[in-house]
Amino acid sequence: MALALGTATVVLVALLWELSRSRITAAITDRRVRKRGSAQRVSEIGYDPGRELRAEQRARSLLRSCIEDEDWAMYRDLGFLRVWGGLGDRARAAGASYAYLIYPHRPILAYLPQTGALLSEYCVAFPDLSRPYGSARLPDSDDVLAKWMALTADERGLIADANMHLPGRQIDPDQVRRDLLRLARWERERIGRSKIGRRASDVERAA
Amino acid sequence: MKLLRLKPGHGEVVLAEGDIEAPEQERELIEAFRRELDAGMWAAVPTESRDGRRQAELVKSFADVPRDAERVIFFPRAAGGASRAAR
Repeated sequence: MALALGTATVVLVALLWELSRSRITAAITDRRVRKRGSAQRVSEIGYDPGRELRAEQRARSLLRSCIEDEDWAMYRDLGFLRVWGGLGDRARAAGASYAYLIYPHRPILAYLPQTGALLSEYCVAFPDLSRPYGSARLPDSDDVLAKWMALTADERGLIADANMHLPGRQIDPDQVRRDLLRLARWERERIGRSKIGRRASDVERAA
Repeated sequence: MKLLRLKPGHGEVVLAEGDIEAPEQERELIEAFRRELDAGMWAAVPTESRDGRRQAELVKSFADVPRDAERVIFFPRAAGGASRAAR
């Protein structure tokens, strides 16, 4: 009796499989095609150099309108932004005991302006999970703006959220030292230019 | 006042714009503000101090936005960790 029931079950399962096999295969194929199609659509909208360029231009003009003129000139000329630290014994301004360098899509780097010693890297990102054009990455200047806003508004909170690493994990320390030298030279030239400009206007006024 | 959102592949997008003193427009601004916070965005108001120093202020409700603010900028919440591929 049990043997007969078992045999009948096996036969039934085999029949059902035969009947539904074509439908299951078609459904699997259909699903694969749909998946491939959506992946293709994502890759189609994923990267458009023209759109990315326009996005970056918009981002640069927004960044320029938010930060100080000198900071904008620094970012335009050097490709990074320095933000004075506000948690040290001296207030956030030139002469603060530490400062940060903000690079687009790279960690925020803390250093001592007096000695140039690198303190740490703070890995922080602003991923837009809605991925409007297939990417979660903000344009470069928007990433810098987001870091600048978060750092100037809530330095302690941003640093607490970031993953802290020793210098050199993601940014080459030699490159940072070169950037600090470029920054020092850039500042000297700027001061020199403004002195010349002031002297020229004094001469004009005297004449 | 303008509500802007930083967007990948686009730059900033104007979400809403209106006069905060007009009740109807203020309501629309508040709704747009809440929608963005509910979507997990951070909101920042760029400010300028009396000595000309610029910085930003993070706000968690529309009531915290200074009445004379020209812009509120929404951007994705910070997440610790950037990819090593950035190197």
